[in-house]
Amino acid sequence: MGRYILRRLVFAIPTLLGISVVIFAVLALAPGDPLAQFAADPSVPPEVRDQIRENLGLNDPWYIRYFKWLAALVRGDWGYSFTSRVPVLNLIVERLPRTLQVVGVAYLVSILIAIPIGIISAVRPYSLFDNLATTFAFIGFSVPTFFTGPLLIVIFSVRLNWLPFIYDTTLRVTDWETFTRQVRQMIMPVTVLALFQTGSLTRFVRAAMMENLPSDYARTARAKGLGERMVILRHVFRNSMIPVVTLLALGVPTIFTGAIVTEQIFRINGIGELLIKSIQTSDTPVVMAITFIFAVLVVMFNLIADVLYGILDPRIRYD
Amino acid sequence: MNQQRIWSWMAALLTGAMVLAACGGAPPAQAPTPPPATPTTAAAATAAPATAATAAPAPTEAPAARPGRGEGDTLRILYWQAPTILNTHLAVGTKDVEASRLVLEPLAAIDPEGNFVPLLAEEIPTVENGGVAQDFTSITWKLRKDVQWSDGAPFTAADVVFTYNYCADPKTACTSVAAFRGIKSVEALDDYTVKITWQAANSYPYQVFTSARGAILQKAQFEKCVGEAASTAADCQAANLAPIGTGPYKVVEFKPGDVVIYEINELYRDPERPFFKRVELKGGGDAPSAARAVLQAGEVDWAWNLQVEAAVLQQLANQGGQGILVTYNTANVERLLINFTNPDPALGEERGQLSQPHPFLTDLNVRRALALAIDRKAIAEQLYGPAGYPTCTLLWYPPFAESVADIFKGCDQDIAEANRLLDEAGWTRGPDGVRVKDGRRLSLLFQTNVNTLRQKTQELIKANWAEIGVETELKSVDGSVFFGSDPGNPDNIGHFFADIQMYTTGATEPDPTSHLCGWISSAASQKENEWRGTNNMRWQNAEYDALCDQLRKELDPARRVEIARQMDALIVSDVAMIPLVARPRVAGASKDLKGYNPSGWDAELWDVANWYK
Repeated sequence: MGRYILRRLVFAIPTLLGISVVIFAVLALAPGDPLAQFAADPSVPPEVRDQIRENLGLNDPWYIRYFKWLAALVRGDWGYSFTSRVPVLNLIVERLPRTLQVVGVAYLVSILIAIPIGIISAVRPYSLFDNLATTFAFIGFSVPTFFTGPLLIVIFSVRLNWLPFIYDTTLRVTDWETFTRQVRQMIMPVTVLALFQTGSLTRFVRAAMMENLPSDYARTARAKGLGERMVILRHVFRNSMIPVVTLLALGVPTIFTGAIVTEQIFRINGIGELLIKSIQTSDTPVVMAITFIFAVLVVMFNLIADVLYGILDPRIRYD
Repeated sequence: MNQQRIWSWMAALLTGAMVLAACGGAPPAQAPTPPPATPTTAAAATAAPATAATAAPAPTEAPAARPGRGEGDTLRILYWQAPTILNTHLAVGTKDVEASRLVLEPLAAIDPEGNFVPLLAEEIPTVENGGVAQDFTSITWKLRKDVQWSDGAPFTAADVVFTYNYCADPKTACTSVAAFRGIKSVEALDDYTVKITWQAANSYPYQVFTSARGAILQKAQFEKCVGEAASTAADCQAANLAPIGTGPYKVVEFKPGDVVIYEINELYRDPERPFFKRVELKGGGDAPSAARAVLQAGEVDWAWNLQVEAAVLQQLANQGGQGILVTYNTANVERLLINFTNPDPALGEERGQLSQPHPFLTDLNVRRALALAIDRKAIAEQLYGPAGYPTCTLLWYPPFAESVADIFKGCDQDIAEANRLLDEAGWTRGPDGVRVKDGRRLSLLFQTNVNTLRQKTQELIKANWAEIGVETELKSVDGSVFFGSDPGNPDNIGHFFADIQMYTTGATEPDPTSHLCGWISSAASQKENEWRGTNNMRWQNAEYDALCDQLRKELDPARRVEIARQMDALIVSDVAMIPLVARPRVAGASKDLKGYNPSGWDAELWDVANWYK
């Protein structure tokens, strides 16, 4: 097992290098300009913008810029953001807790909702509950967040005036009052995200359970006189978890990169919001850092998912 | 410009705002009252050659009526683009300039009428008071002696000189560097006198240290940040996010790309101001939701730049009842630019070069027909609403134009005349209705950036042109690409590899010289200058070039206005550009906010010290 993990880690290095080259090349080849916002502004003429491009090192060929970036990264330097001229890591560290909080809570909520719904749907297929859950799931994953977000805002903020829709990122939870405010402002973004994720997750749980319910070991367990509840939860559920756990583990990196659309809608200063703004302003160091960290997380959680496989299913052997 | 004109102008804008607010059943819009703080100083600015305005009238409101410092709670401001840096000179967008304006101040601000208002200076230098040299080669600013930085250090001439030295180093990469061009020296004559000397006579000597991009940095804080250190040294990175200033507020917390929290600068020179204890400037989201936040939900007191389609904005304003729209003047005009060179890809390296004139857009009749066919009124009314007036001139603001009715004279849509011009030029309709001449179809590629308003404008114009037998292919490019300056990017406005392009631009200062002279022949955007020339139409007109020379040399204010008008008229009569819509800026304010006076010549938040509830 240890050797297996080590081997996988060593193989990860060329993978990550490859990913970084591709991302860097795509960014470099896409036209764009950190000062594009000033384009039609005569007080910032093109030659000034060009001088600034030069100072930011944007006029070198992309492969030279890539090696400079890589050399700095090896030394632990992620570079500085062109738009705020602060180290990229500062920006990410500042925003990561927010994203983990909002997207993480949404992820947990959707897992907690999806698993019981999935199990019940599978146990009583085509019942009224299953039909409702299926309808709900299809609505959930087919309605995009850029629709549900503004919809909730119009209903709960504008019409009913119950919830705020501008996320107060300076709020510090110190007492009950600030805690309720924090909860209130998290309700809408978390709902939007959870709604979206729950849908597909429910279908996965249901499908996995349906596959295992008629299996031989379930019949054996019943034959031995185990209660139906025991059979479903201890035997069938545990085996059905193997594909679901993989799916959940592979989804974890997306918690770290945030939710681009939802964070924008509710003005949450998360990683997703930072990523999309940085892409729009051609802030290469920031985009590189976020995408590279994302790549590392994806590779890592792939490994974790594989290891979890072995724990859940002793039949799977490594080496 | 005389007083009557300004006020009829302002009245027109305000009436518009009131009508809007009235439609929604909201209480009448309050007129943004001029800041009572500096009535005498505005009068001092009147002799400024560029603006030549008469004295600002006495404030309409008794100063005693407004509450004093710190009596208000929190002012909530929403910018749908989030500030990322608070050092004005390294700003990458308007939002940065605006956000830093609460902290960093220039020597003088420019009010909505184009008058200079001294902030850190005692008075506005003019030829009359000896501040501006007779030959316009130097300007001498006398600084206020009672100004302190928010850390308690005195503000002196050394700070002003330092700010120049900071940006004069190209390695600092100041984005405000254009204002510092042509300067020979900036020297401190004594602790409170600064003399700026130009290499040659400068007819607009106020370009440095005034308005939004002229903020003064504290020498003590930024001394070690000249050159590359400005972005790489840790101390400087911190300073860029929390500059020490002389303004009414100081930064207490800043999350780049998200939110800035300010508190009162206790050392601010006016003991009565500012009213609000705390300011929260939140960034992010988009313009429609910002409009909703201020007009409908009432979650914020001020929302910047509500660039929302007229119908949607109108609806939000009518239904909301929480806020009102505030319109104010700028020099911006949405315009069509015509390519005078051939963008045909078949030309390869010669594409867009001056040696390759455009096959048919060089024909004045064709250009005139294109301009005549456009229904500007429909575009302005249906798409821009309160944020646009149809215009056929670029200089749509005082002292060049008198009223919004004035700027739309004689440019109604005239399809018959447009058809006649094309017939006369020898373009005959082909079987599919598209005009043809010598086997060439009258077909245009029309580009702009991705923006709902612009795409709808494109559609309307395409339909107008179809009526006169012109075929139009529409193209839209992402904004950061379209406005980018990368020499390898063929889709930007500098390369202009299309027949027509559309965007908004205009002078950023009351003096139109630098804007108008951007379109002279020698500024043509070409391969040789890496497509960086400001004249991206590659328009060549000797008469216009001569007028620009005259304008640069002329020092008499009345003559300057006259020359600028002639240049504008020449652009229009030669149809180098087709002005479409004059664009005032639209912000949203909560109903109970008072005292604001946003200026199109300066940061919108320039007088935030005067705001109250």
